[in-house]
Amino acid sequence: MDLEIIGISVLWLFLFGYIIIASIDFGAGFFSAYSELTKTRHILHHIIQRYLSPVWEVTNVFLVFFFVGMVGFFPSSAYYYGTVLLVPVSIGIVLIAIRGSYYAFQTYGAKDSKLYIFLYGVAGLLIPASLSIVLTVSEGGFVDIVNDQPVLLYEELFFSPLTWSIVILSIVSVLYISATFLTAYADVAKDEAAKNLLRKYALAWSGPTALAAGLIVLQMRAHNIERFENIMDLWWIFALSGVFFVITVALLLMRKYYSTAFWSLVIQFALAFFGYGISHYPYLMYPYLTIYDGFTNEAMATALIVAFIAGFALLIPSLFLLARLFLFNKKYVKGGK
Amino acid sequence: MFWEYDPVTFSRTLTGLTLAFHIIYATIGVGIPLMIAIAQWIGIKKNDEHYILLARRWARGFVITVAVGVVTGTAIGLQLSLLWPNFMELAGHVIALPLFMETFAFFFEAIFLGIYLYTWDRFENQKKHLLLLIPVAIGAAFSAFFITIVNAFMNTPQGFDLVNGALVNIDPIAAMLNPAMPTKVAHVLSTAFMTSAFVLASIAAFRLFKGNNHVYHKKALFLMMKVGFIFSVATVIVGDFSGKFLAEYQPEKLAAAEWHFETEEEAPLILYGWLDDKGEVKGGLEIPYALSILAHGNPTAEVEGLNETPEEERPPLFVHYFFDLMVTIGMWLTFISGFYWFAVKKGWKIIRKKSFNFVLFLSGPLAMIAIEMGWFYAEFGRQPWILRGYMMVSDGATSAGYVDWMLFLFAGLYIVLGTASVIVLTKMFKKNPVEQELADHAYERGEW
Repeated sequence: MDLEIIGISVLWLFLFGYIIIASIDFGAGFFSAYSELTKTRHILHHIIQRYLSPVWEVTNVFLVFFFVGMVGFFPSSAYYYGTVLLVPVSIGIVLIAIRGSYYAFQTYGAKDSKLYIFLYGVAGLLIPASLSIVLTVSEGGFVDIVNDQPVLLYEELFFSPLTWSIVILSIVSVLYISATFLTAYADVAKDEAAKNLLRKYALAWSGPTALAAGLIVLQMRAHNIERFENIMDLWWIFALSGVFFVITVALLLMRKYYSTAFWSLVIQFALAFFGYGISHYPYLMYPYLTIYDGFTNEAMATALIVAFIAGFALLIPSLFLLARLFLFNKKYVKGGK
Repeated sequence: MFWEYDPVTFSRTLTGLTLAFHIIYATIGVGIPLMIAIAQWIGIKKNDEHYILLARRWARGFVITVAVGVVTGTAIGLQLSLLWPNFMELAGHVIALPLFMETFAFFFEAIFLGIYLYTWDRFENQKKHLLLLIPVAIGAAFSAFFITIVNAFMNTPQGFDLVNGALVNIDPIAAMLNPAMPTKVAHVLSTAFMTSAFVLASIAAFRLFKGNNHVYHKKALFLMMKVGFIFSVATVIVGDFSGKFLAEYQPEKLAAAEWHFETEEEAPLILYGWLDDKGEVKGGLEIPYALSILAHGNPTAEVEGLNETPEEERPPLFVHYFFDLMVTIGMWLTFISGFYWFAVKKGWKIIRKKSFNFVLFLSGPLAMIAIEMGWFYAEFGRQPWILRGYMMVSDGATSAGYVDWMLFLFAGLYIVLGTASVIVLTKMFKKNPVEQELADHAYERGEW
């Protein structure tokens, strides 16, 4: 297999990892804020705090890892994406900064502040919206080359129905992923009240997620017929993803096997995400940049892969330890030490 | 707009602003885990709960600074591509490896920091707890190590050939092992440890200055002044090596710092002063032979002057003040911490004086100013290059619109984060003073 494909697959996998764990994080922030409004904070606060505290920094690293890896394996992406994404990504950074730091301030320092909880919740929904612009731009049609320099067409981007479909999908799926995970987490914690409430949220957001995904396929057809056909060629991957969606919802309805429900959700999103990624092949930014002309030199590619393997030999046991101590430790989850 | 839009100027300003803000938290982030580990280790060794409590309280404050360090670090990581896309495209081919390894170190640190903070009460055995701190400290130091390699590469690029605008013969390892790397890395690490020690010493000195006489603060002050002194001495030694490195590889940077225009032997070192209209140095303090010694370790050696560098490739002359301030503060901190150590050993009464504790309290802020000055010197001293000898700053910057707006956006962010972190930290420790915490611990153990 080409090194280019290995590179982009690994990065895509990392982006997927970020999307799942960040969704849990962002959605939890929103549910926290919402629980303040609906006076259900006492039900949700504990379970959310319990999960988020030891992992918030790790979540952030996944994002850093993705973009550093991207620039490393595909230096030209720094040029194309860096030039055009200044404004949307800067807004994303500011939101992430406010959210991340205030999470620490709140948890370890200051007293509860309603204003802060509200900001925290809203920022969590705006971050996926601002970052999902990257995916929209990659579809082509929003970047022009003027005087040899790529330029973002703000107006076209802002008024495109495709942009808004992707933004909506990112927001509803954040809520769906998060609620499903937290339901399973509350189930392990034997926190019935939290579980029942979160289960309701999960079911409520499952419909909009499926709808928004369908909407994007329709938009894609109007926006770029060639990309649409690529997606259609991979129809079976998306169909399989749909099957796992049904399994998750069915398990949630049956009120059992919550962990299985969550893993089925992960598979559902993985299939859709990789299907989408494959349909993009070979473009990094349609139609200017492919993974082949953007790839780094051979010496660097080899060095990066070696570093990658060595790094993972170190990271995987550490992540495993973290998961065992906090995520899959029943005593901890239930509120013990 | 009231100014002419120039993305290069705004990109430089925004990058400078982000880094100036980030290094405050990053320096603390690199140094404090080691201090926590030292306190924890001494606490175990001496079986003294004061030191264990020190470790605990420092760790609690550390979380707040880490949070700001992490998010501003994410910001600069992305800004590199957003503001300098042309530079990153070129440099990415050669220097992506250490950048990538830095994220591994950061990842490693993040995982263990989470575990460390949330297992305070899980292990009875304090030694296990110490073991968790070691990967945090190592991860922090290694991320500084790798990221400084990237910066060193920008000063002395190597590991590739540029043939007709294309990069060939790329050697990622050679790029990492560039000539600036050893002194830069050593200097960054020793000053980070030194600064963190002085910052923590400052806190203790401040309590003593305020009239609190608790032995806990005295122990903290003595320990951190001692550690601070050791790393100050290391910094002075590394600083000397850095001077010799500059003389050989970046003579124009050293010459600009010293206002050394004519190439000459027996070169003097000039401290402070100003330049008059004719470019003559006025009011400076001249130390004979010192520059020759700094540059080559030989009082009669020849030192290259700034006039040898083409005018359009010369760094700005104001870097002289950054350099002088950095060195002056470094010398002062070495002296005051050494003096304090000596005075304690001799049992001199001066260490109990309020005014003296105030002087000690200033060490932390001064060390932080020296860090900023040192980085300003290193970065402005590399002007007009972004990749010395290969790419000018103006060729590396973005062509995108709205960089000015982004500058305001981020300036606002840093004001908010800076203020909030100070408020949260002050509240955190005011609400829960040492005496209270010690009493609580005694109560928990049933000693009441």
